[in-house]
Amino acid sequence: MAPRFFCGLMGPQGATQSLDAAGIDRAMVRIAHEIHEKNPGRLADLVLIGIPKRGDTLARRIAAVLARDHAVVAPVGVLDITMYRDDIGSRASLPKPSDLPGSIDGKTIVLVDDVLYTGRSVRAAMDALIDFGRPKAIQLAVLVDRGHRELPIRADYVGKNIPTAPGANVKVELKEDDGAEQVLVEEGNG
Amino acid sequence: MTTVDSLSAKDLLGIEPLSRDEIQLILDTARTLSDVAKHPIKKVPALRGRTMVNLFYEASTRTRTSFELAAVRLSADVVNINVQASSVVKGETLLDTARTLEAMTVDFIVMRHGSSGAPHMLARNLKASVINAGDGQHEHPTQALLDLYTVREKLGSIEGKTITLIGDIQHSRVARSDLIAFTKMGAKVRFCGPPTLLSADFGALGAEVHHDLKSALTGADVVYVLRLQFERHRMGLMPSVKAYTQQYAITSERVKWAKPGALVMHPGPMNRGVEIAPEVADGPTSVIVDQVANGIAVRMAVLYLLEAGRTKRAAAGGVS
Repeated sequence: MAPRFFCGLMGPQGATQSLDAAGIDRAMVRIAHEIHEKNPGRLADLVLIGIPKRGDTLARRIAAVLARDHAVVAPVGVLDITMYRDDIGSRASLPKPSDLPGSIDGKTIVLVDDVLYTGRSVRAAMDALIDFGRPKAIQLAVLVDRGHRELPIRADYVGKNIPTAPGANVKVELKEDDGAEQVLVEEGNG
Repeated sequence: MTTVDSLSAKDLLGIEPLSRDEIQLILDTARTLSDVAKHPIKKVPALRGRTMVNLFYEASTRTRTSFELAAVRLSADVVNINVQASSVVKGETLLDTARTLEAMTVDFIVMRHGSSGAPHMLARNLKASVINAGDGQHEHPTQALLDLYTVREKLGSIEGKTITLIGDIQHSRVARSDLIAFTKMGAKVRFCGPPTLLSADFGALGAEVHHDLKSALTGADVVYVLRLQFERHRMGLMPSVKAYTQQYAITSERVKWAKPGALVMHPGPMNRGVEIAPEVADGPTSVIVDQVANGIAVRMAVLYLLEAGRTKRAAAGGVS
Protein backbone atom coordinates (compact mmCIF):
# COMPACT_ATOMS: atom_id res chain seq x y z
CA MET A 1 0.00 0.00 0.00
CA ALA A 2 1.25 3.46 -0.80
CA PRO A 3 2.18 5.61 2.17
CA ARG A 4 -0.21 8.41 2.96
CA PHE A 5 0.84 11.95 3.46
CA PHE A 6 -1.01 14.62 5.34
CA CYS A 7 -1.36 18.29 4.67
CA GLY A 8 -1.35 20.59 7.64
CA LEU A 9 0.79 22.63 9.92
CA MET A 10 4.07 20.97 10.77
CA GLY A 11 4.81 21.38 14.48
CA PRO A 12 7.99 20.48 16.34
CA GLN A 13 9.37 16.92 15.95
CA GLY A 14 7.42 16.33 12.76
CA ALA A 15 4.03 16.64 14.41
CA THR A 16 1.08 17.53 12.20
CA GLN A 17 -1.98 19.24 13.58
CA SER A 18 -4.98 17.24 12.52
CA LEU A 19 -7.70 19.01 14.49
CA ASP A 20 -7.67 22.43 16.09
CA ALA A 21 -9.89 23.72 18.90
CA ALA A 22 -12.72 24.64 16.51
CA GLY A 23 -12.48 21.22 14.86
CA ILE A 24 -12.71 19.42 18.21
CA ASP A 25 -15.68 21.58 19.12
CA ARG A 26 -17.47 20.79 15.83
CA ALA A 27 -16.82 17.09 16.41
CA MET A 28 -18.44 17.27 19.85
CA VAL A 29 -21.50 19.05 18.45
CA ARG A 30 -21.87 16.50 15.66
CA ILE A 31 -21.43 13.50 17.96
CA ALA A 32 -24.06 14.90 20.35
CA HIS A 33 -26.39 15.41 17.40
CA GLU A 34 -25.87 11.84 16.18
CA ILE A 35 -26.41 10.40 19.67
CA HIS A 36 -29.66 12.31 19.86
CA GLU A 37 -30.70 11.11 16.41
CA LYS A 38 -29.81 7.47 16.95
CA ASN A 39 -31.56 6.99 20.30
CA PRO A 40 -35.19 8.14 19.97
CA GLY A 41 -37.22 6.94 22.93
CA ARG A 42 -34.08 6.06 24.89
CA LEU A 43 -32.85 9.54 25.67
CA ALA A 44 -34.12 9.40 29.24
CA ASP A 45 -31.95 6.33 29.87
CA LEU A 46 -28.81 7.69 28.24
CA VAL A 47 -25.57 7.63 30.28
CA LEU A 48 -22.22 8.93 29.01
CA ILE A 49 -19.21 7.11 30.44
CA GLY A 50 -15.69 8.33 29.77
CA ILE A 51 -12.50 6.30 29.83
CA PRO A 52 -9.79 8.32 31.63
CA LYS A 53 -8.18 10.42 31.28
CA ARG A 54 -9.42 12.35 28.27
CA GLY A 55 -12.51 10.29 27.58
CA ASP A 56 -14.20 11.59 30.71
CA THR A 57 -13.44 15.17 29.68
CA LEU A 58 -14.97 14.51 26.26
CA ALA A 59 -17.99 12.81 27.86
CA ARG A 60 -18.66 15.93 29.93
CA ARG A 61 -18.42 18.08 26.82
CA ILE A 62 -20.83 15.90 24.85
CA ALA A 63 -23.25 15.98 27.80
CA ALA A 64 -23.04 19.78 27.82
CA VAL A 65 -23.90 19.94 24.11
CA LEU A 66 -26.75 17.45 24.54
CA ALA A 67 -28.20 19.68 27.25
CA ARG A 68 -27.66 22.90 25.30
CA ASP A 69 -28.77 21.84 21.81
CA HIS A 70 -31.16 18.98 22.48
CA ALA A 71 -32.48 19.54 26.03
CA VAL A 72 -31.28 16.06 26.96
CA VAL A 73 -29.83 15.63 30.44
CA ALA A 74 -27.46 12.66 30.37
CA PRO A 75 -25.53 11.70 33.51
CA VAL A 76 -21.78 11.38 33.08
CA GLY A 77 -19.54 8.76 34.69
CA VAL A 78 -15.90 7.73 34.72
CA LEU A 79 -14.81 4.13 34.19
CA ASP A 80 -11.30 3.01 35.04
CA ILE A 81 -10.22 0.03 32.95
CA THR A 82 -6.75 -0.56 34.39
CA MET A 83 -7.65 -3.80 36.16
CA TYR A 84 -9.31 -5.13 33.00
CA ARG A 85 -6.43 -4.51 30.60
CA ASP A 86 -4.45 -7.35 29.04
CA ASP A 87 -1.12 -5.52 29.34
CA ILE A 88 -0.43 -5.00 33.07
CA GLY A 89 2.86 -3.26 33.66
CA SER A 90 3.48 -2.27 30.08
CA ARG A 91 2.21 1.28 30.42
CA ALA A 92 1.01 3.69 33.08
CA SER A 93 -0.97 1.06 34.90
CA LEU A 94 -2.07 2.55 38.18
CA PRO A 95 -5.75 2.11 38.85
CA LYS A 96 -7.83 5.25 39.22
CA PRO A 97 -11.24 5.39 40.86
CA SER A 98 -14.32 4.68 38.78
CA ASP A 99 -17.37 6.83 39.38
CA LEU A 100 -20.61 5.68 37.79
CA PRO A 101 -23.78 7.75 38.19
CA GLY A 102 -25.97 5.12 39.85
CA SER A 103 -27.08 1.77 38.49
CA ILE A 104 -26.42 1.08 34.81
CA ASP A 105 -29.05 -1.67 34.55
CA GLY A 106 -31.27 -1.09 31.53
CA LYS A 107 -29.40 2.08 30.54
CA THR A 108 -28.09 2.97 27.11
CA ILE A 109 -24.42 3.63 27.67
CA VAL A 110 -22.27 5.70 25.37
CA LEU A 111 -18.63 4.91 26.11
CA VAL A 112 -16.40 7.86 25.27
CA ASP A 113 -12.69 7.69 24.52
CA ASP A 114 -10.24 10.03 22.84
CA VAL A 115 -8.57 7.69 20.33
CA LEU A 116 -9.76 4.35 18.95
CA TYR A 117 -6.75 2.26 17.87
CA THR A 118 -6.39 -1.49 18.51
CA GLY A 119 -9.76 -1.74 20.26
CA ARG A 120 -8.24 -3.32 23.37
CA SER A 121 -9.21 -0.45 25.68
CA VAL A 122 -12.80 -0.69 24.48
CA ARG A 123 -12.81 -4.45 25.06
CA ALA A 124 -11.54 -3.87 28.60
CA ALA A 125 -14.13 -1.11 29.12
CA MET A 126 -17.00 -3.36 28.07
CA ASP A 127 -15.83 -6.07 30.47
CA ALA A 128 -15.54 -3.52 33.27
CA LEU A 129 -18.95 -2.06 32.53
CA ILE A 130 -20.68 -5.42 32.51
CA ASP A 131 -19.28 -6.13 35.98
CA PHE A 132 -21.24 -3.10 37.19
CA GLY A 133 -24.58 -4.18 35.77
CA ARG A 134 -26.55 -5.08 32.66
CA PRO A 135 -26.96 -2.11 30.35
CA LYS A 136 -29.59 -2.19 27.61
CA ALA A 137 -26.99 -1.24 25.02
CA ILE A 138 -23.40 -0.02 24.83
CA GLN A 139 -22.39 2.42 22.09
CA LEU A 140 -18.99 3.91 21.42
CA ALA A 141 -18.02 7.51 20.70
CA VAL A 142 -14.43 8.53 19.93
CA LEU A 143 -12.84 11.81 18.96
CA VAL A 144 -10.36 10.10 16.62
CA ASP A 145 -10.43 6.74 14.86
CA ARG A 146 -6.88 6.05 13.72
CA GLY A 147 -7.43 2.54 12.32
CA HIS A 148 -5.33 -0.60 12.95
CA ARG A 149 -7.97 -2.52 14.88
CA GLU A 150 -6.90 -5.82 16.43
CA LEU A 151 -10.37 -6.75 17.65
CA PRO A 152 -13.80 -6.76 15.97
CA ILE A 153 -14.80 -3.40 17.38
CA ARG A 154 -16.04 -0.26 15.63
CA ALA A 155 -17.22 3.12 16.85
CA ASP A 156 -20.82 4.34 16.53
CA TYR A 157 -19.74 7.98 16.59
CA VAL A 158 -16.43 9.27 15.23
CA GLY A 159 -15.21 12.86 15.44
CA LYS A 160 -12.59 12.36 12.76
CA ASN A 161 -11.05 9.42 10.93
CA ILE A 162 -7.29 9.86 10.76
CA PRO A 163 -5.51 7.14 8.78
CA THR A 164 -2.09 6.66 10.37
CA ALA A 165 1.04 4.62 9.98
CA PRO A 166 1.38 1.97 12.70
CA GLY A 167 4.44 3.68 14.21
CA ALA A 168 2.79 7.07 14.37
CA ASN A 169 1.43 8.55 17.55
CA VAL A 170 -1.89 10.37 17.81
CA LYS A 171 -1.81 12.89 20.61
CA VAL A 172 -5.01 14.47 21.85
CA GLU A 173 -4.64 17.59 23.95
CA LEU A 174 -7.62 19.09 25.77
CA LYS A 175 -7.50 22.33 27.65
CA GLU A 176 -8.87 20.77 30.88
CA ASP A 177 -6.17 18.06 30.94
CA ASP A 178 -3.28 19.47 28.95
CA GLY A 179 -3.72 23.22 28.66
CA ALA A 180 -3.61 23.10 24.85
CA GLU A 181 -6.54 22.11 22.62
CA GLN A 182 -5.64 20.12 19.48
CA VAL A 183 -5.04 16.71 17.93
CA LEU A 184 -1.51 16.03 16.69
CA VAL A 185 -0.17 13.21 14.58
CA GLU A 186 3.48 12.54 15.33
CA GLU A 187 5.23 10.51 12.66
CA GLY A 188 7.05 7.62 14.29
CA ASN A 189 10.23 5.97 13.06
CA GLY A 190 8.82 2.48 13.09
CA MET B 1 1.52 12.02 42.97
CA THR B 2 4.19 9.40 43.35
CA THR B 3 7.02 9.04 40.90
CA VAL B 4 7.06 5.23 40.73
CA ASP B 5 4.39 3.03 39.13
CA SER B 6 5.32 -0.46 40.30
CA LEU B 7 7.42 -2.18 42.94
CA SER B 8 11.04 -2.50 41.90
CA ALA B 9 11.82 -5.72 43.78
CA LYS B 10 10.56 -9.19 42.91
CA ASP B 11 9.50 -9.83 46.50
CA LEU B 12 8.02 -8.05 49.48
CA LEU B 13 10.17 -9.25 52.35
CA GLY B 14 9.94 -6.31 54.70
CA ILE B 15 9.23 -2.61 55.07
CA GLU B 16 12.96 -1.92 55.34
CA PRO B 17 13.76 -2.30 51.60
CA LEU B 18 10.79 -0.17 50.47
CA SER B 19 11.29 3.45 49.54
CA ARG B 20 8.95 6.13 50.80
CA ASP B 21 7.60 6.52 47.24
CA GLU B 22 6.88 2.81 47.00
CA ILE B 23 4.99 2.86 50.30
CA GLN B 24 3.00 5.85 49.06
CA LEU B 25 2.26 4.00 45.83
CA ILE B 26 0.98 0.94 47.71
CA LEU B 27 -1.28 3.10 49.88
CA ASP B 28 -2.67 5.04 46.89
CA THR B 29 -3.27 1.87 44.88
CA ALA B 30 -4.95 0.23 47.88
CA ARG B 31 -7.25 3.23 48.19
CA THR B 32 -8.51 2.71 44.65
CA LEU B 33 -8.69 -1.07 44.92
CA SER B 34 -10.77 -0.84 48.11
CA ASP B 35 -13.65 0.17 45.80
CA VAL B 36 -13.72 -3.33 44.30
CA ALA B 37 -15.36 -4.60 47.51
CA LYS B 38 -18.26 -2.22 46.82
CA HIS B 39 -18.86 -3.37 43.24
CA PRO B 40 -21.82 -5.64 42.51
CA ILE B 41 -19.24 -8.18 41.33
CA LYS B 42 -16.51 -8.03 43.96
CA LYS B 43 -13.62 -8.92 41.69
CA VAL B 44 -11.58 -7.63 38.78
CA PRO B 45 -9.67 -9.78 36.28
CA ALA B 46 -6.22 -8.21 36.74
CA LEU B 47 -4.45 -11.36 37.99
CA ARG B 48 -6.48 -13.93 36.09
CA GLY B 49 -4.41 -17.01 35.44
CA ARG B 50 -1.95 -16.26 38.26
CA THR B 51 -1.58 -18.61 41.21
CA MET B 52 -0.86 -17.66 44.80
CA VAL B 53 0.11 -20.14 47.47
CA ASN B 54 -0.42 -19.52 51.17
CA LEU B 55 2.44 -21.34 52.88
CA PHE B 56 1.91 -20.93 56.61
CA TYR B 57 4.20 -22.62 59.09
CA GLU B 58 2.56 -20.79 61.98
CA ALA B 59 -1.09 -20.50 62.90
CA SER B 60 -2.97 -17.63 61.33
CA THR B 61 -6.56 -17.20 60.31
CA ARG B 62 -6.74 -13.49 59.79
CA THR B 63 -3.67 -12.90 57.63
CA ARG B 64 -4.12 -16.05 55.57
CA THR B 65 -7.79 -15.29 54.87
CA SER B 66 -6.97 -11.68 54.07
CA PHE B 67 -4.37 -12.71 51.48
CA GLU B 68 -6.78 -15.27 50.07
CA LEU B 69 -9.56 -12.69 49.64
CA ALA B 70 -7.11 -10.20 48.14
CA ALA B 71 -6.02 -12.73 45.54
CA VAL B 72 -9.58 -13.84 44.79
CA ARG B 73 -10.73 -10.23 44.27
CA LEU B 74 -8.00 -9.89 41.64
CA SER B 75 -9.11 -13.20 40.05
CA ALA B 76 -5.95 -15.13 40.97
CA ASP B 77 -6.21 -18.77 42.00
CA VAL B 78 -5.29 -19.67 45.56
CA VAL B 79 -3.84 -22.79 47.08
CA ASN B 80 -3.56 -23.12 50.84
CA ILE B 81 -0.87 -25.43 52.16
CA ASN B 82 -1.73 -26.83 55.54
CA VAL B 83 1.74 -27.43 56.87
CA GLN B 84 0.69 -29.89 59.56
CA ALA B 85 -0.75 -32.14 56.89
CA SER B 86 1.97 -31.67 54.29
CA SER B 87 5.25 -33.36 53.47
CA VAL B 88 6.94 -31.09 56.00
CA VAL B 89 6.06 -33.56 58.72
CA LYS B 90 7.79 -36.21 56.64
CA GLY B 91 11.00 -34.20 56.82
CA GLU B 92 10.98 -32.28 53.54
CA THR B 93 13.13 -29.15 53.81
CA LEU B 94 11.72 -25.70 53.31
CA LEU B 95 13.59 -25.28 50.07
CA ASP B 96 12.36 -28.63 48.72
CA THR B 97 8.79 -27.68 49.53
CA ALA B 98 9.20 -24.37 47.75
CA ARG B 99 10.87 -25.94 44.69
CA THR B 100 8.02 -28.39 44.48
CA LEU B 101 5.58 -25.49 44.49
CA GLU B 102 7.55 -23.65 41.86
CA ALA B 103 7.58 -26.71 39.64
CA MET B 104 3.81 -26.36 39.78
CA THR B 105 4.32 -22.85 38.26
CA VAL B 106 3.20 -20.77 41.17
CA ASP B 107 3.50 -16.98 40.80
CA PHE B 108 3.21 -15.77 44.40
CA ILE B 109 4.21 -17.47 47.61
CA VAL B 110 2.84 -15.90 50.77
CA MET B 111 4.84 -17.24 53.63
CA ARG B 112 4.69 -17.18 57.40
CA HIS B 113 7.48 -18.90 59.25
CA GLY B 114 8.77 -19.02 62.81
CA SER B 115 12.35 -18.29 61.75
CA SER B 116 13.46 -14.79 60.85
CA GLY B 117 14.81 -14.74 57.32
CA ALA B 118 13.00 -17.86 56.05
CA PRO B 119 11.14 -15.95 53.30
CA HIS B 120 14.40 -14.30 52.25
CA MET B 121 15.98 -17.70 51.72
CA LEU B 122 13.04 -18.76 49.56
CA ALA B 123 13.08 -15.51 47.60
CA ARG B 124 16.76 -15.92 46.69
CA ASN B 125 16.14 -19.38 45.31
CA LEU B 126 12.85 -19.03 43.47
CA LYS B 127 11.50 -17.13 40.49
CA ALA B 128 8.10 -16.67 42.15
CA SER B 129 7.41 -13.49 44.11
CA VAL B 130 7.68 -14.18 47.83
CA ILE B 131 5.60 -12.12 50.24
CA ASN B 132 6.57 -12.20 53.88
CA ALA B 133 3.46 -12.70 56.02
CA GLY B 134 5.53 -12.72 59.21
CA ASP B 135 8.96 -14.22 59.85
CA GLY B 136 9.92 -14.94 63.44
CA GLN B 137 10.53 -11.73 65.35
CA HIS B 138 11.68 -9.92 62.24
CA GLU B 139 9.04 -8.31 60.00
CA HIS B 140 5.37 -8.42 59.01
CA PRO B 141 5.29 -5.85 56.22
CA THR B 142 1.67 -6.09 55.06
CA GLN B 143 0.49 -5.53 58.65
CA ALA B 144 2.52 -2.32 58.83
CA LEU B 145 1.18 -1.20 55.44
CA LEU B 146 -2.42 -1.72 56.50
CA ASP B 147 -1.68 0.14 59.74
CA LEU B 148 -0.28 3.07 57.74
CA TYR B 149 -3.31 2.96 55.46
CA THR B 150 -5.72 2.97 58.40
CA VAL B 151 -4.01 5.91 60.11
CA ARG B 152 -3.90 7.89 56.88
CA GLU B 153 -7.55 7.14 56.17
CA LYS B 154 -8.73 8.08 59.67
CA LEU B 155 -6.42 11.00 60.51
CA GLY B 156 -5.84 12.36 57.02
CA SER B 157 -2.06 12.05 57.19
CA ILE B 158 0.78 10.13 58.81
CA GLU B 159 3.49 12.76 58.87
CA GLY B 160 3.93 14.41 62.26
CA LYS B 161 1.67 11.98 64.11
CA THR B 162 2.68 10.14 67.28
CA ILE B 163 2.05 6.39 67.42
CA THR B 164 2.40 4.56 70.74
CA LEU B 165 2.70 0.77 70.64
CA ILE B 166 2.11 -1.01 73.94
CA GLY B 167 2.94 -4.55 74.96
CA ASP B 168 5.45 -7.26 74.13
CA ILE B 169 7.61 -5.18 71.82
CA GLN B 170 10.61 -7.48 72.15
CA HIS B 171 9.01 -10.40 70.36
CA SER B 172 6.73 -8.47 68.02
CA ARG B 173 7.40 -8.39 64.29
CA VAL B 174 4.41 -6.04 64.02
CA ALA B 175 6.14 -3.54 66.31
CA ARG B 176 9.34 -3.77 64.29
CA SER B 177 7.65 -3.30 60.92
CA ASP B 178 5.45 -0.51 62.27
CA LEU B 179 8.48 1.28 63.70
CA ILE B 180 10.24 1.25 60.34
CA ALA B 181 7.08 2.10 58.38
CA PHE B 182 5.79 4.98 60.49
CA THR B 183 9.28 6.45 60.93
CA LYS B 184 9.83 6.31 57.17
CA MET B 185 6.58 8.19 56.60
CA GLY B 186 7.53 10.95 59.04
CA ALA B 187 5.64 9.90 62.17
CA LYS B 188 7.08 9.52 65.66
CA VAL B 189 6.96 6.04 67.21
CA ARG B 190 6.91 5.33 70.94
CA PHE B 191 7.25 1.87 72.44
CA CYS B 192 5.87 1.04 75.87
CA GLY B 193 6.09 -2.12 77.95
CA PRO B 194 7.79 -3.73 80.91
CA PRO B 195 11.62 -3.83 80.66
CA THR B 196 11.61 -7.61 80.12
CA LEU B 197 9.48 -7.14 76.99
CA LEU B 198 11.09 -3.92 75.74
CA SER B 199 14.82 -3.44 75.76
CA ALA B 200 16.42 -0.01 75.63
CA ASP B 201 18.12 -1.02 72.35
CA PHE B 202 15.04 0.08 70.43
CA GLY B 203 16.08 3.65 71.11
CA ALA B 204 18.90 3.14 68.63
CA LEU B 205 16.35 2.15 65.96
CA GLY B 206 14.55 5.45 66.32
CA ALA B 207 11.79 4.60 68.80
CA GLU B 208 11.13 6.48 72.00
CA VAL B 209 11.28 3.88 74.78
CA HIS B 210 8.85 4.20 77.71
CA HIS B 211 8.17 1.89 80.62
CA ASP B 212 5.54 4.20 82.10
CA LEU B 213 2.20 3.99 80.30
CA LYS B 214 1.03 7.49 81.14
CA SER B 215 4.09 9.20 79.72
CA ALA B 216 3.93 6.96 76.63
CA LEU B 217 0.32 7.88 75.91
CA THR B 218 0.50 11.61 76.61
CA GLY B 219 0.02 13.42 73.31
CA ALA B 220 -0.34 10.21 71.26
CA ASP B 221 -2.53 10.25 68.13
CA VAL B 222 -2.68 6.47 67.97
CA VAL B 223 -2.85 3.92 70.80
CA TYR B 224 -1.66 0.66 69.27
CA VAL B 225 -2.18 -2.33 71.56
CA LEU B 226 -0.19 -5.47 70.84
CA ARG B 227 -1.42 -8.94 71.69
CA LEU B 228 0.03 -10.36 74.88
CA GLN B 229 1.62 -13.60 73.80
CA PHE B 230 1.03 -16.06 76.60
CA GLU B 231 3.79 -18.32 75.34
CA ARG B 232 6.24 -15.61 76.46
CA HIS B 233 4.73 -15.73 79.92
CA ARG B 234 5.71 -19.34 80.18
CA MET B 235 9.24 -18.28 79.34
CA GLY B 236 9.29 -16.30 82.60
CA LEU B 237 9.40 -12.84 81.01
CA MET B 238 6.42 -11.60 82.97
CA PRO B 239 5.74 -12.05 86.67
CA SER B 240 2.07 -12.74 85.84
CA VAL B 241 -0.60 -11.81 83.35
CA LYS B 242 -2.44 -10.06 86.15
CA ALA B 243 0.55 -7.89 86.95
CA TYR B 244 0.85 -6.94 83.27
CA THR B 245 -2.83 -6.10 83.05
CA GLN B 246 -2.66 -3.93 86.15
CA GLN B 247 0.17 -1.89 84.75
CA TYR B 248 -0.31 -1.84 80.98
CA ALA B 249 -3.85 -2.85 79.97
CA ILE B 250 -5.58 -0.15 77.93
CA THR B 251 -8.75 0.74 79.77
CA SER B 252 -11.24 3.50 79.07
CA GLU B 253 -9.65 5.52 81.87
CA ARG B 254 -6.11 5.17 80.54
CA VAL B 255 -6.96 5.78 76.90
CA LYS B 256 -7.88 9.34 77.96
CA TRP B 257 -4.18 9.98 78.58
CA ALA B 258 -3.73 10.08 74.82
CA LYS B 259 -5.00 12.94 72.64
CA PRO B 260 -8.78 13.32 72.55
CA GLY B 261 -10.11 11.15 69.72
CA ALA B 262 -6.90 9.12 69.50
CA LEU B 263 -7.31 6.00 67.39
CA VAL B 264 -7.22 2.61 69.11
CA MET B 265 -5.62 -0.14 67.03
CA HIS B 266 -4.79 -3.83 67.55
CA PRO B 267 -3.39 -6.35 65.05
CA GLY B 268 -5.60 -9.14 66.40
CA PRO B 269 -6.44 -11.58 67.73
CA MET B 270 -7.32 -9.72 70.94
CA ASN B 271 -7.21 -10.98 74.49
CA ARG B 272 -10.14 -8.94 75.74
CA GLY B 273 -9.72 -7.98 79.36
CA VAL B 274 -5.99 -8.71 79.25
CA GLU B 275 -4.16 -6.14 77.12
CA ILE B 276 -7.29 -4.23 76.12
CA ALA B 277 -10.59 -3.63 77.88
CA PRO B 278 -13.67 -4.66 75.86
CA GLU B 279 -15.18 -1.16 76.07
CA VAL B 280 -12.01 0.27 74.48
CA ALA B 281 -11.85 -2.41 71.78
CA ASP B 282 -15.47 -1.64 70.86
CA GLY B 283 -15.25 2.07 71.64
CA PRO B 284 -15.99 4.99 69.31
CA THR B 285 -12.35 5.61 68.35
CA SER B 286 -11.47 1.94 67.85
CA VAL B 287 -10.53 1.20 64.24
CA ILE B 288 -9.71 -2.47 64.80
CA VAL B 289 -12.44 -3.64 62.42
CA ASP B 290 -11.29 -1.10 59.78
CA GLN B 291 -7.80 -2.59 60.00
CA VAL B 292 -9.20 -5.95 58.91
CA ALA B 293 -11.07 -4.49 55.92
CA ASN B 294 -8.08 -2.35 54.92
CA GLY B 295 -5.82 -5.39 55.07
CA ILE B 296 -7.53 -6.87 52.03
CA ALA B 297 -7.15 -3.69 49.96
CA VAL B 298 -3.49 -3.28 50.91
CA ARG B 299 -2.70 -6.90 50.03
CA MET B 300 -4.49 -6.50 46.69
CA ALA B 301 -2.26 -3.51 45.99
CA VAL B 302 0.89 -5.47 46.90
CA LEU B 303 -0.04 -8.39 44.65
CA TYR B 304 -0.98 -6.11 41.78
CA LEU B 305 2.12 -3.92 42.01
CA LEU B 306 4.47 -6.92 42.27
CA GLU B 307 2.86 -8.32 39.14
CA ALA B 308 3.14 -4.96 37.36
CA GLY B 309 6.82 -4.79 38.28
CA ARG B 310 7.43 -8.31 37.07
CA THR B 311 5.74 -7.66 33.71
CA LYS B 312 7.67 -4.45 33.34
CA ARG B 313 11.02 -6.18 33.97
CA ALA B 314 10.11 -8.94 31.52
CA ALA B 315 9.21 -6.36 28.86
CA ALA B 316 12.51 -4.57 29.46
CA GLY B 317 14.27 -7.83 28.73
CA GLY B 318 15.48 -8.32 32.29
CA VAL B 319 15.37 -11.60 34.14
CA SER B 320 12.18 -11.71 36.13
